[in-house]
Amino acid sequence: MTMGPMRAMHGAAAPPRTSKDVRSTLRRLLRRLRPERWRLLGALVLGVTSVAFMVSGPQILGNATNVLFDGIIAKRLPAGYTMAQTLHYLRSHGHAQTAAMIAGLHLTPGAGVNITRMGVILGVAALVYLGGAGFSYLQGFTMAGVTQRTMSGLRREVEAKMSRLPLRYFDSHPHGDVLSRVTNDIDNLTTTIQQGLSQLLTSFLTIIGVLSMMLWISPLLAVVAIVTIPLAFVITFVIARRSQVQFAAQWRQTGTLNGLVEETHSGHELVQVFGRREATIDEFNDQNHRLYRSSFRAQFLSGIVQPSVQFISNVNYVVIAVVGGYRVATGLLSLGAVTAFIQYSRQFTMPIMQIAGQMNLLQSGLASAERVFEFLDADEESPEVLTSNVAPPHERGGRVTLEHVSFRYEPEHPLIDDFSLDVAPGETVALVGPTGAGKTTVVNLLVRFYEIDGGRILLNGVDYRDLRRDEVRRAFGMVLQDTWVFAGTIRDNIAYGRPEASDDEVIEAARAAHVDNFVRTLPDGYDTLLDDEASNLSSGQKQLLTIARAFLADQSVLILDEATSNVDTRTEVLIQEAMARLREGRTSFVIAHRLSTIRHANVILVMDHGRIVEQGGHDELMANQGLYYTLYNSQFAGATT
Amino acid sequence: MLTRLLRTHLRPYRAQVLLLSVLLIAQTVGNLYLPNLNADIINGGVVTGNLHYIIRTGAWMILLTLAIGLFAVIAVYWASRVSMATGADLRHAVFTRVQSFSARDVNHFGTASLITRNTNDIQQIQIFLQMALTMMVIAPIMSVGGIVMAIHEGAKLSLLLLVSIPVMTTFIGVVMVRVIPLFRSMQAKIDRINQVLREQITGVRVIRAFVRNEAEADRFERANADLTDTALRVNRIFALTMPIMMMILNLSSVAVLWFGGRFVSEGSMPIGNLTAFLTYILQILTSVMMAVMVTILVPRAAASAERIAEVLDTVPSISDPAAPLTPTPTGSVRLSGVSFAYPGSERPVLDEVTVDFEPGVTSAIIGGTGSGKTTLVALIPRLFDVTAGAVEVHGVDVREQSQESLWSSIGLVPQTAYLFSGTIASNLRFARPDATDAELWRALEVAQARDFVATMPGGLDAPIDQGGTNVSGGQRQRLAIARALVKRPRIYLFDDCFSALDAATDSRLREALREQTADATVIIVAQRVSTIMHADRVVVLDDGRVVGVGTHDELVESCESYREIVTSQLGEGALK
Repeated sequence: MTMGPMRAMHGAAAPPRTSKDVRSTLRRLLRRLRPERWRLLGALVLGVTSVAFMVSGPQILGNATNVLFDGIIAKRLPAGYTMAQTLHYLRSHGHAQTAAMIAGLHLTPGAGVNITRMGVILGVAALVYLGGAGFSYLQGFTMAGVTQRTMSGLRREVEAKMSRLPLRYFDSHPHGDVLSRVTNDIDNLTTTIQQGLSQLLTSFLTIIGVLSMMLWISPLLAVVAIVTIPLAFVITFVIARRSQVQFAAQWRQTGTLNGLVEETHSGHELVQVFGRREATIDEFNDQNHRLYRSSFRAQFLSGIVQPSVQFISNVNYVVIAVVGGYRVATGLLSLGAVTAFIQYSRQFTMPIMQIAGQMNLLQSGLASAERVFEFLDADEESPEVLTSNVAPPHERGGRVTLEHVSFRYEPEHPLIDDFSLDVAPGETVALVGPTGAGKTTVVNLLVRFYEIDGGRILLNGVDYRDLRRDEVRRAFGMVLQDTWVFAGTIRDNIAYGRPEASDDEVIEAARAAHVDNFVRTLPDGYDTLLDDEASNLSSGQKQLLTIARAFLADQSVLILDEATSNVDTRTEVLIQEAMARLREGRTSFVIAHRLSTIRHANVILVMDHGRIVEQGGHDELMANQGLYYTLYNSQFAGATT
Repeated sequence: MLTRLLRTHLRPYRAQVLLLSVLLIAQTVGNLYLPNLNADIINGGVVTGNLHYIIRTGAWMILLTLAIGLFAVIAVYWASRVSMATGADLRHAVFTRVQSFSARDVNHFGTASLITRNTNDIQQIQIFLQMALTMMVIAPIMSVGGIVMAIHEGAKLSLLLLVSIPVMTTFIGVVMVRVIPLFRSMQAKIDRINQVLREQITGVRVIRAFVRNEAEADRFERANADLTDTALRVNRIFALTMPIMMMILNLSSVAVLWFGGRFVSEGSMPIGNLTAFLTYILQILTSVMMAVMVTILVPRAAASAERIAEVLDTVPSISDPAAPLTPTPTGSVRLSGVSFAYPGSERPVLDEVTVDFEPGVTSAIIGGTGSGKTTLVALIPRLFDVTAGAVEVHGVDVREQSQESLWSSIGLVPQTAYLFSGTIASNLRFARPDATDAELWRALEVAQARDFVATMPGGLDAPIDQGGTNVSGGQRQRLAIARALVKRPRIYLFDDCFSALDAATDSRLREALREQTADATVIIVAQRVSTIMHADRVVVLDDGRVVGVGTHDELVESCESYREIVTSQLGEGALK
């Protein structure tokens, strides 16, 4: 099957949809953080401390401003008088307002700015800021550990889950979908948790910290701020929600358009030869315009969040300046308090916008989490309950016996019913039938990828159900048409079934499978690295490689698929020879395409529409004049005349 | 490359870009003026106790703020419009350009690469443009303007900027230099994990058959530990970034108050200017931060721009002649002395091939991999141009015909059956949108696809996924054959498209095909002898040369290469 990697890649690149059951997914995600709860608590304490430090900064700087202000005012007053005398003088000369303003200040008339005091205050401010930064770093450091460990654990769990899933799962779910759950969704979730958790925490803490400082400095000004802050919140969230709809549309459109581009470029010559250029360009223009519309809207809407919040923040600033200025002028508030307050009010916009941004991220992260959890919840292979402890039957030349076996993929469609077959050690069974006749079903049952519904299968006289799945599989060697090569050296690939094999053994197996010759022509020989698509080997060479693998693993029962595609005639001969040699002395089940194999098979199983329709030797089946007879004549008639 | 690309594609939006720049400048100037007004409130209102002045300046500030907000919204509107429209234009330009490419041009880039260029690369440019049209205008004005205003508020105090700005820039620079390689290595490790998982999914049968679950788990665990390790390092460095940047900002404020306080107390600077100065230094440092961040996007956008420009600068290697001839479609195909070599390759794939294909005759081409079969077929619809010799279709050199008219008489079934997303019907009507349902069913019947299409839910309207991945390989091949049949061309090219069919279906299909294509020129490329054995004529290719032409029986007698192929596939007995 060509489940193109391309498709998996692009299809999965679109961001996940929104989560269905946000609450339970969130709860489940939080539960995963349980092992880290003490560190999380530590991070929380560090976060609170750091925010407390950062938040007290402007207040301290405000005090410095006050000292400065006091000094300036004091300098204007005549020296040598006490405060009481000065105030009296001002009031009596009609400067009642000025008197009111300076009445609350601790002034020494004519003294000027107290530089020492300012130095002390600013020194404290510097220390507070340094401390804040330090604690904030420690918090980030701790959170990095918490998230990375948690996500590493989740990845490990997903991988372990994969090995416990039945083959049925992989056969019934598109590979691209499974892959995107275990890769893209996990990546997406990691980013969300890494960025989101820390920022949400800090943002909320900052808002709380700033609010309390404001209330402490001036409840009146705080009221002004408290009116504007929710307004900023509401505006941000209203716009964010709308822009999110557009972003979703943008992603959908991007997906559609990318799909169109992908398929048009992939089928380039078809589009040309079938005269579809104009029509395709029209369709592209249409989709392209839609994408333009939704992406423009999304960008615009998300772009106005910042100016809107900025506007509110500026209005807030002006109101504070006006009201604050009035209060300073009337002596009810110090100038330092007002400047500090202004700084606080400015600190609001950042966390609000961050929370809005994180909410979007969080939603997409939760949708990914849900998909990962769905994967983790999939039904697993039935646990192995062994009734007796039978030693694994591993001697060479395995006997395979099927007794009254029945099996079906779906309950309502019986496929194999009451099927019996006894294969003696060294015998060959040929499986023949049209494409899609269900030859792989037999393979699935033999190596116990699927469990049978009735009857029993015995390996050297031992019931499969008394064996562990791994023990059954250890007895089988497989060479499938769908060659699987993994990223690693050629040596590793050959030694896959027996990693402990010596170099000599690997080379011996390679020789037997005609692999040695071409490997020696490669610059790095057996150490040549293959990538996972093995683009540096031809498909015939890959097939030979998997035969070498089976040689080295040296199992007593073989399953071979003779089908070759895209293989040139010379390599085909080599494959044929290697397979014949591999079969010597081993019990083999062959998905047969060659006359020589079929004629020499001890038993031929003829399959059609998923069922075994005929069973017997070549002559016997020819005499029956059934499906085998037809198949044989259509395929090989020319060869025998 | 980036500037050239943007210059060309932004030209239609010159007016909008100008407007938006003006708005952004106005907005920035407004933002710069705001702290100045605030200083006035303190100096002229608070310190002197002039309430009237406070309220008047306050009203003025609100107005200004409103104007700034308005400017910003309009600017964002145009920035989004221009950047997204430019993206759409670029996509359109690349797409139409690729549509005019010949197979050779497509091969030169590779399909996957063309797809990325048309999607991801353009997206990069779009994102960059959106950022550039806002931040890149604002940041420099803000920094320069901020510096000017800061000097205006207190020239001596501005010397502080000589310390703060370099410290900030150096810090961000150092972090980036350290983090970017780590980031790349983290991405490589994520790719590695994904590779291991992909292998576990595709190789699930082999892994289980060889009982290697534990070894796979080890392999995964190593990759996982490796990734976790790097991710931890990256994120710990990131954890350092924000706190340190905030620290630089905050310590700058402390320094402003310390030195500024002295100037104020000496009387060389009014106290209100101090608060304004604090705001300016904040604005300057944030825009420096912003500028550095946007600069990071430049190399990435530049790389994308280069890749896009490469496509746009490629002149299609095959184009229509100035005065195309339109011959009567007889269906005859003649290759005379045709040689073909892929660019950059010394060895020709086809070497002086001369061969005729006549209407009403089914010809088969056989030969080992790399013998040039597919190339030969690709030359007929002029997907490539010959290196030497000539290909004549309907008696006229293909280079003298218009491509559209040449293609209209050819039905191609390529080696890899490719279906387009849609329905079975939409795929079959690919060449002839007006074909009736009856015609479709007839084609399906010939292609031996009637039975399975009939049982599919929806029949002709059954959905087909992109590439045709939701039907089996054999079904895909049969649908691709039916698609060519619906077109009813004069010339059929079947490029090894029976490989996924079992022998019985293969033989029934060839039987039906023979009736359907009786008057047409049929050329079948195959690997399997049984597929071509009954053709009227077999052409044997070996290493780019024609080594035999004749019927099966004749060739078995006379052609050594053919005999070799027959023996390997059917055994010695087949030769007798």
